[in-house]
Amino acid sequence: MCGIVGLFAKHQAVEAALGAHLAGMLASMAGRGPDSAGFAVYGAHCPGVVKLTLRPPPGSDADALLARLGIPGSSILVRASHAVLSLPEHAEAQARAALAAVVPVVGVGRRMELYKEVGAPAEVAARFGLPAMSGSHGIGHTRMATESAVTTDGAHPFSTGPDQCLVHNGSLSNHNAVRRDLRRQGYGFATENDTEVAAVYLTARMHEGLSLGDALRACLRDLDGFYTFVVGTATGFAVLRDPIACKPAVLAETDRYVAFGTEYRALAGLPGIGAARVWEPEPATVYAWERGH
Amino acid sequence: MGAGTGDGVRLGARALTAAALIAATQAEPQVVDLDRVSVRDLNQALHALDRTSTTTRWRVLNPAGRHALAVGLDAAAEVEILGHAGYYCAGMNKSARVTVHGNAGTGVAENMMSGRVHVRGDASQSAGASAHGGLLLIDGNASARCGISPKGADIVVRGSVGHMSAFMAQAGTLVVLGNAGDGFGDSVYEAHLYVRGAVASLGTDCVETAMTEADRAELRDKLAAAGLTGEADVGEFRRYGSARTLYHFHIDNAAAYS
Repeated sequence: MCGIVGLFAKHQAVEAALGAHLAGMLASMAGRGPDSAGFAVYGAHCPGVVKLTLRPPPGSDADALLARLGIPGSSILVRASHAVLSLPEHAEAQARAALAAVVPVVGVGRRMELYKEVGAPAEVAARFGLPAMSGSHGIGHTRMATESAVTTDGAHPFSTGPDQCLVHNGSLSNHNAVRRDLRRQGYGFATENDTEVAAVYLTARMHEGLSLGDALRACLRDLDGFYTFVVGTATGFAVLRDPIACKPAVLAETDRYVAFGTEYRALAGLPGIGAARVWEPEPATVYAWERGH
Repeated sequence: MGAGTGDGVRLGARALTAAALIAATQAEPQVVDLDRVSVRDLNQALHALDRTSTTTRWRVLNPAGRHALAVGLDAAAEVEILGHAGYYCAGMNKSARVTVHGNAGTGVAENMMSGRVHVRGDASQSAGASAHGGLLLIDGNASARCGISPKGADIVVRGSVGHMSAFMAQAGTLVVLGNAGDGFGDSVYEAHLYVRGAVASLGTDCVETAMTEADRAELRDKLAAAGLTGEADVGEFRRYGSARTLYHFHIDNAAAYS
């Protein structure tokens, strides 16, 4: 089970309503994943600023945290159990060192903010104020836990590189071997989750210089198991299904957006869907879209 | 197409009156708007139809990818679904004619017994799974495992079919006007498979067989039943079937598969 959704705007009207659309899509996939939900939204980028999505321990005082960091030009925005710390790019390393072992950093990027939590998808979306968010693209996940506990850490998306995030429907069978290889190459892991392995794998391939599309094509060679992936980067949005393609997937495209849903139900509420090109992505085929700016 | 659009009848099993049934037998179809009526109420109303009655016409609005639309019908109803359907649409169909004016999700017409299911768009995985009879016609493409384990239905796909189609196909026919994906006809029993385009690869124990005059006649009949006479020339197809090395075929049992 599990449901995944994604929306990539090609028009300003869709960007303005991105969060509202994504929230509706997540809610429609509640039946496939009722126990937790998460999403990443790629918003506007302020030049010179990097955003750290934090999950401060319950009861933390955000203003006190900001004061303790003492980084000029930084600000913090609290959204339920998460907080987005915006700071000058040059101070990222300093902030991360100060936060290490005190406040978990769940996502880093110039555009991306990442939220995930236990609870019904519509409730989780509302808690973080997703319907009011805007952005160029976003991806989301509704989870029905089968292999590990219902926890915030086990929820998707997983982000393992700047502005990179991944949602996954399926399960990987060789994740232990791939994790060992990546550890030897120096990559770290926060969980024992198979999806995190896929995320780190993509981060590693892109770090070597592969494009998002080529990194996904490499998955077909190195990852074994069931998967439908939807991946976001600062400017890109991509979809890949494994060669057996057991996990369902539907894509829709209009001149205003590209939308992904585990089922068509997730797309049924989008504007202009009646005239959209709707198709089932082919197995073992990378579909990728890139923004020009 | 949109006669009655937005005027969905407030329909529930409890509210289904004789008057509604009579209305449905008349020229104007009964309109059911799924933005206002639940799928369960739609299906219960269709199940309440008397199987001896004359054809009744139904038009379903705003399917929005909902699952299990028009399943388990057992009457000569004609159901038009205006939009994309979700999983298992027209499953277990008997006698009814169901048309999806859009795409259909996983398992359309699964376990169909008789009647006709027509998908005007594409069909997702496992179209016609395990179907015993009737005709499934897909105007677009069908994805993986089209016609998995059928037991007598006829499936006609005007586009192409995905990998592992006709897997363990026991009886009936699969006619593909386009191409077939990898592993076509894997572990096929005695279903008759006809493909006009290319087959990416054949599955275990599936082989191309000679096209006999009887095969040509059968294929001509299936195309005619699907309303495709003239769209495809019988001579362009190749015939595939079981090499009969994987299961214990015995000629004395041949009649069990026909």
